[in-house]
Amino acid sequence: MSRLKASIVGASGYTGGELLRLLLFHPQVEVAQATSESKAGEYVYQHHPNLRKRTQLQFVSQAALQPCDVLFLALPHGETQKKIERYLQLAPKIVDLSADFRLRDAALYRRWYGEEHAAPQYLGQFVYGLPELQREAMRTARYISGVGCNATASNLALLPLVRAGLLDTARPVIVDVKTGSSEGGASVNPGSHHPEKSHSVRAYAPTGHRHTAEVIQELGLRDVHLSMTAVDLVRGVLAAAHAFVKPGTTEKDLWKAFRAAYNAEPFVRIVKDRAGLHRVPDPKILAGSNYADVGFDLDAESGRVVALAAIDNLMKGASGSAVQAMNLMSGFEETAGLEFPGLHPV
Amino acid sequence: MSALCPECEATITLTNVMQGEIVVCPDCGVDLEVTAVEPAVALALAPQEAEDWGE
Repeated sequence: MSRLKASIVGASGYTGGELLRLLLFHPQVEVAQATSESKAGEYVYQHHPNLRKRTQLQFVSQAALQPCDVLFLALPHGETQKKIERYLQLAPKIVDLSADFRLRDAALYRRWYGEEHAAPQYLGQFVYGLPELQREAMRTARYISGVGCNATASNLALLPLVRAGLLDTARPVIVDVKTGSSEGGASVNPGSHHPEKSHSVRAYAPTGHRHTAEVIQELGLRDVHLSMTAVDLVRGVLAAAHAFVKPGTTEKDLWKAFRAAYNAEPFVRIVKDRAGLHRVPDPKILAGSNYADVGFDLDAESGRVVALAAIDNLMKGASGSAVQAMNLMSGFEETAGLEFPGLHPV
Repeated sequence: MSALCPECEATITLTNVMQGEIVVCPDCGVDLEVTAVEPAVALALAPQEAEDWGE
């Protein structure tokens, strides 16, 4: 059987590197081209050293891109929308990992990204790529938008409560999100300088984080607020969503809601143990894997629920999710090329 | 034979258990004591130590 020919635009960054790591081992995919404007001509392994001796692929410029079966776009925010018409001519299927086509309403880009969208006519053609919410639409999609890592952790934490109608929607939902440094991408800035970054716990976006828009859009919650803190991790996101449940809701109701949402999901695991060391979701053990671990706790006296979700931001929060999206839109097994756990210990 | 976990209501399949035996819920990891086997298996939460962070 011939393999799907996949190319990656913007392959020198961290999400591009993760796409290469996954696609090079995917049983039904052949990586055709990987682009980088600044590193054209250099070997992929020179910038993704974990891929040494696995591929002799060299970065090429976008000008050298050839038609392929599926095109992954891993460019910084704002770049894809400027060239989307060219990309659409190169491949019948596209997975865009940037934020450029996540939101359906162009006005939301003005509100959350502070700028006009350059190609709003294409927003409606992209399906939001979170299978736990949009699986059926993704199966028949030609164009899929990747997901925001912080939005994914927040959405997966809250989805069971929303679906089961357990939330008291008269009260706000506050999601405290702790993130690792790889979310910031492969480019350096003063905040990523080691003496500044190391051992810091920095609340970099207590309000107004862009990914809030994806939670509002996908869960239909109006009064939801994300608060972001960068912690001393390279990979990982932990979202702790604080909300209130309707009176009379018990912990067993929460168990039922989480099981109903996730028992059939291949990459979501409920972690709520009464014993042992690993009683709650922790991104540490998810590094490198496409799994999301979710859990919850209920203060029965006040009705406050804390719904938790942990992911690897580069995997379930970006490249792993993108490969899962490609599997769905290509009719492959949804788990193909992604069936491995994280490392323990790491 | 099967029984429901009193903590999380997971269905637990049990074979050849005896009264007084401690079993573990596969979903929530809680320790459960088999309090009866006839006419049906009954389970109760067994005492467990809480996590101690020393604060």
